[in-house]
Amino acid sequence: MSYAKPTFKEKYDNFINGKFVAPLGGDYFTNTSPIDNSLIAKYPRSQKEDIELAVNAANEAKDAWGKTSVTERATLLNKVADIIEANLEEFALVETCDNGKPIRETLNADIPLCVDHWRYFASCIRAEEGGASELDQHTLSLTIKEPLGVVGQIIPWNFPLLMLSWKLPPALATGNCVVLKPAEQTPSSATLLMEKIADIFPPGVLNIVHGFGPEAGKPLASHARIDKVAFTGETTTGQLIMQYASKNLNPVTMELGGKSPNIFFNSVMDEDDAFLDKAIEGAVLFAFNQGEVCTSPSRILVQEDIYDQFMARVIARTNAIIQDNPYDINTMVGAQASNDQYEKIKSYFKIGKDEGAKVLAGGEANALNGNLANGFYIKPTLLEGHNKMRVFQEEIFGPVACVTKFKDEAEALEIANDTLYGLGAGVWTRDAHQLYQIPRAIKAGRVWVNCYHAYPAHAPFGGYKKSGFGRENHRMMMSHYRQTKNMLISYDKNKLGFF
Amino acid sequence: MERIAITKAASDIVNQLKKNHGELIFHQSGGCCDGSSPMLLEKDEFYIDESDILLGKIAGVNFYMNQDQFDYWKHTHLTIDITKGRGASFSLEIPLELRFIVHSRLLTPEELAHFDISKE
Repeated sequence: MSYAKPTFKEKYDNFINGKFVAPLGGDYFTNTSPIDNSLIAKYPRSQKEDIELAVNAANEAKDAWGKTSVTERATLLNKVADIIEANLEEFALVETCDNGKPIRETLNADIPLCVDHWRYFASCIRAEEGGASELDQHTLSLTIKEPLGVVGQIIPWNFPLLMLSWKLPPALATGNCVVLKPAEQTPSSATLLMEKIADIFPPGVLNIVHGFGPEAGKPLASHARIDKVAFTGETTTGQLIMQYASKNLNPVTMELGGKSPNIFFNSVMDEDDAFLDKAIEGAVLFAFNQGEVCTSPSRILVQEDIYDQFMARVIARTNAIIQDNPYDINTMVGAQASNDQYEKIKSYFKIGKDEGAKVLAGGEANALNGNLANGFYIKPTLLEGHNKMRVFQEEIFGPVACVTKFKDEAEALEIANDTLYGLGAGVWTRDAHQLYQIPRAIKAGRVWVNCYHAYPAHAPFGGYKKSGFGRENHRMMMSHYRQTKNMLISYDKNKLGFF
Repeated sequence: MERIAITKAASDIVNQLKKNHGELIFHQSGGCCDGSSPMLLEKDEFYIDESDILLGKIAGVNFYMNQDQFDYWKHTHLTIDITKGRGASFSLEIPLELRFIVHSRLLTPEELAHFDISKE
């Protein structure tokens, strides 16, 4: 079964103060689909003045919104979830068109997860309690959480609506107003969502401004009248945003990617059973979402005594991946999100080969037929080498895994932790001791144990080292969007006696 | 001998952007999305300190990389080029619908000796 490309209007606008408004300068940029490089629509090329409008609207709305009851806010979040769920196929098609990812992923992963994240934070805010501590018989410490005010959010293009759904619900649930800038590669699903939920929130509570990073992202991140910035992206922009935040003395949260190790101990091959099959799939998950995942398991570490047999099965499974039209329900791997990503991945193939990496599968672009010839397809690729090679150290953001072997637990950990990043990792073993000890010794915020690439709500997600800080997908994210108000109350009628 | 070079096409874009933005620097990014790409920024925009290694000057612009990243890159020569693209960072060429990109090659034995890098 294959779907058709969805239809779009000629152009779309920003969503500011409860309505769609044209960019003040009147400029738009052309958005295209990486599937076949065809036109999608024009989106606002916003500037500082447009950000100003949105930040003003959010500041005007924040006092009233911050005083709404948690019941009211949770109800609105649940309404958003219901609307996304009721239009799941439409959102999935738009997401596939804009990003290039296969429709089976958007139908079964991206959009259902969006729905669940909105519902999760609606529940969290209802179920939460503050704190009360009796410090002595006359003194009560009362802790109450208050919203920060206005939050700026800058999200990436690899899971456009899902990243929006990771960022918005905790900020809105806790009573903040938001100005969010979607990535310029993928403005479509955020715009579709605003069309569907335009009347849900009071004007100014939720504002979406499109545009390019240096023109719209920078004035948002550096704005003096926002109270926090949440960013997912790369390290140089991460540092820049932290610099701006330091001028405003604002908190930030950062998710900056990784180079995640996926470690296979020899016990996985003790039996040829369902678990071994799962482990092989676990290695091949490097190709999931075209490798455009911050936690992509892009370093496969295999114990040396099972290396040849295990990798033979991984290579066979990789070569069996169906890469074709992303609108086809059988397609497993689609197009890279843009030409510059496509070119970047190819440049890594060259340096990888120069450094002596051996191509076990793929290793080149995939020239598809018809309209797809204009799209950006890269064959799922396995490169064999060692951990000091640049392809083992840099986030390629393509369907590319680098494979190496290790002798024992110590060497596995040494290789796993020999990276600047610490976002994700995978550990596969039948050994009960390794199941606990290896994940604890890996310096990463999320270690999948005998699984990979699951992102359920209520499992905190975030980085160690240069992968950033902050924990999303969990109620603890709400604390990243709030002030703590402590009321220290005396019930003692007697004076101190000092004066 | 140089560690870094720039193509004519990329150099032209740097010079074009200098007219609008004044003095510029390159900083090599890492991490996800638009990571592993060079960022062209206004010179005073980005805080550079001793943890940033100066790889050289291209098109009159200093090119920096953080020390810890450089440790993994130091045996390679970089050529900065430009390609059609959208980007997703604060790099200044993005509104031109272009994106800087790195092409790499291994340093030759002579270059390794020149830069005093022992092969690991």
